[in-house]
Amino acid sequence: MGVAETIRRPVAGRPRRGTPDVEIGICMGTGGVAAGGDDVFAAFQQGLKASGVYGVVKPREDTCEGGCASITGTGCRGMCAMDVLVDVTTRTGGQQRTVTYGTVTPAMVDKIVADHIVGGEPVHKWIVLSEEEPTSHNEFYQYQDRLVLRDCGRIDPEDIDDYLDEGGYQALYKVLTEMSPVQVQEEILASGLRGRGGAGFPTGLKWKFAAEASSPDGQKYFICNGDEGDPGAFMDRSVLEGDPHTVFEGMAIGSYSIGASEGYIYVRAEYPLAIKRLKIALIQAEERGLLGDNIMGSDFSFHLKIKEGAGAFVCGEETALMQSIEGKRGMPRLRPPFPAVSGLWARPTNINNVETLACVPWIITHGAAAFSGRGFEKSKGTKVFALTGKVKRSGLAEVPMGLTLRDVIFKIGGGIKNDKPFKAVQMGGPSGGCLPESLLDTKVDYEELNRTGAIVGSGGMVVLDADNCIVDTALYFLKFTQAESCGKCVPCRVGTMRMLEILARICEGEGVPEDIPLLEDLAANIKAGSLCALGGTAPNPVLTSLKYFLEEFEEHIHDKKCRAGACAALTTYWIEAENCNGCRACARACPVDAISGEKKEVHVIDADACIRCGACYEKCRFDAVRRQ
Amino acid sequence: MSIGQSAGSAPAQEGFDAAPLEELLVKYQGQKGTLIPLLQGTQAVYGFVPREAMTRIAEALREPLSQVYGVATFYAQFRLVPRGRNVVRVCHGTACHVSGAPLISQEVERHLGIRNGENTEDMFFTLEDVACLGACGMAPVMMINDRTYGKLTPDKAVAAVKEFRSKTEGGGQNGGDPAASADAEATPATEEEA
Repeated sequence: MGVAETIRRPVAGRPRRGTPDVEIGICMGTGGVAAGGDDVFAAFQQGLKASGVYGVVKPREDTCEGGCASITGTGCRGMCAMDVLVDVTTRTGGQQRTVTYGTVTPAMVDKIVADHIVGGEPVHKWIVLSEEEPTSHNEFYQYQDRLVLRDCGRIDPEDIDDYLDEGGYQALYKVLTEMSPVQVQEEILASGLRGRGGAGFPTGLKWKFAAEASSPDGQKYFICNGDEGDPGAFMDRSVLEGDPHTVFEGMAIGSYSIGASEGYIYVRAEYPLAIKRLKIALIQAEERGLLGDNIMGSDFSFHLKIKEGAGAFVCGEETALMQSIEGKRGMPRLRPPFPAVSGLWARPTNINNVETLACVPWIITHGAAAFSGRGFEKSKGTKVFALTGKVKRSGLAEVPMGLTLRDVIFKIGGGIKNDKPFKAVQMGGPSGGCLPESLLDTKVDYEELNRTGAIVGSGGMVVLDADNCIVDTALYFLKFTQAESCGKCVPCRVGTMRMLEILARICEGEGVPEDIPLLEDLAANIKAGSLCALGGTAPNPVLTSLKYFLEEFEEHIHDKKCRAGACAALTTYWIEAENCNGCRACARACPVDAISGEKKEVHVIDADACIRCGACYEKCRFDAVRRQ
Repeated sequence: MSIGQSAGSAPAQEGFDAAPLEELLVKYQGQKGTLIPLLQGTQAVYGFVPREAMTRIAEALREPLSQVYGVATFYAQFRLVPRGRNVVRVCHGTACHVSGAPLISQEVERHLGIRNGENTEDMFFTLEDVACLGACGMAPVMMINDRTYGKLTPDKAVAAVKEFRSKTEGGGQNGGDPAASADAEATPATEEEA
């Protein structure tokens, strides 16, 4: 046991010096800050000071002897539609109680301080979550199983002691003291963990390949892929912003397992807050000896660097990502050799996604069986989905594999905004597809979703309602992949452009019947002739749309009609005289002054001047503006 | 030179101050894979990547200029021409797209009289479409510099742009003054996000 004795178990360096009577946690993820989290934070600081009852303390620095409160900026806790979210925990008479307020603005803070924090009576109308007074929003968390997001929104991501208090780096300690590298691979393999970036490859197997590969100079690399590029997916960002150390810990465990001593986290440049928090976390972890030379006093060393991407979707592909780290254009290359054999600077390299790595410390701590006990058939554990679009409660939801799409959208998401009819759910972003109502009972599972033509992908789930056009949505994704194609393979570079032109002309009302077989033909060639997954999956949004919503394409082509009213060239607007009360709201909204009519008289849209932007349609509250 | 042609709209940088770039070159000396960090550092200092900087970087790294230019044009982050003093970013992530982002862009473009990626003549605004700002719960969203505007309609977006301009100009900045703009052009941008 000589080795284990020299290895030091990590503990919080600055223990809490007391428990404040009031703890306030404010969401300061990207969503929270965008909604005004900074201002709310400042308002609470001011409001508490002004109340004179509570002094604001930092529990690790100040002693707290009654009459004190703490304010913490936390990461994202998922319910982004309700940002800024504020947790207020009070301890009075030995009773602890937490309620969460939603859509908090600085103007609301004084009342929360006066009524709740000082007066002891919560402001009931603003509560979105509370154990004592369940609201409909409690459903948001009821069906979730938060392993990856276990600490997100609970801890201060800029304070390593918060993570250590939650058992942080204990999994790494366990690995260093009790497990051999092979045992780590076997444990991860037994858990059934598969790559959460989209491909779904067994993580334990990936580690085994990298561990067994030999390196000419002994150097191997471990990379975390944080180049989350799918529009509509933001789970990796939330983990990096809300719980950066869990990703470091997962990487260190993986590096121990494959024998790497150097690693990189590659993060999108578009995630400045994540980069900032990673840099803070890295300094703190190195100061505590949890990363760097001789971790925890062991003979295992692991040096980590944070690498900022420069804005290229294709760099999410592993071989392109490595080119980018080397300072080159991020262009994918042929595999084999796989990165496990020859990767970064031609050394054996392992690459895992952020969410995958965040699962690792949990699996080591709780055991493989606890992870594989969750889930469905070949998809074990949980998956985080970014639920957005026309859904009432958009946000991040971590669910056990095997839950149905219907449960995610209607129970967690609360159904469709304004109770409009559901039309489709887009799964897996530009590599995935749109699924119709009839497939809503499909389970969240790699194999089941693949059979539909959509994919689990990185976990984007965008809900569409009757106002969204399927052809336009397919066009949107193709525009994205066309622009992001690196240009190396002709079928991808030229083929996506041709498909884009065809879709654009269908939306313009200039489609011809031959366009549909032509799209299918191009799609087959692009899929077959592209080197990497970008090209290989780029046609998927079009193909699934054709499979499930063919009649909408045909309406655009044959009837020159867009049933959603989204394709401007195929839509006309007019005013139904019976319903118009002459309020002028539509005329004021019209950017080109195409609506005429005196106040309190029926208005008229000048069809020649109308640019079909839909502003009047959105504005009218009397159902007088119609479109077809 | 291809650079001269492709970046033809870039104004000649009279009196290009190489000192900050030389500091960067020293900082990254001897390290592997430094081209992208060098370009990022250059843009953070100068507000964009000037032609002179690319030439100097190529020389220092002993790489062909075509390689440097190739990397600089491959990644969306790098700009080879100066940017306006304030940046309006309209989000075109999926959630924003399905919630009406195209209309927001259309109206903001009409109001400013410029297209995506262009600067207003007085260099007050640059307009950019971006992939995802990450505030999907507030879709559709737009940012003016560091401030996010959510749950937008086309007229709310235009109102925000107008209000920003009148406030900034009212606040003593010479936004509309062409002479002042020319000065500002040569001043390194400091609000670079990366």
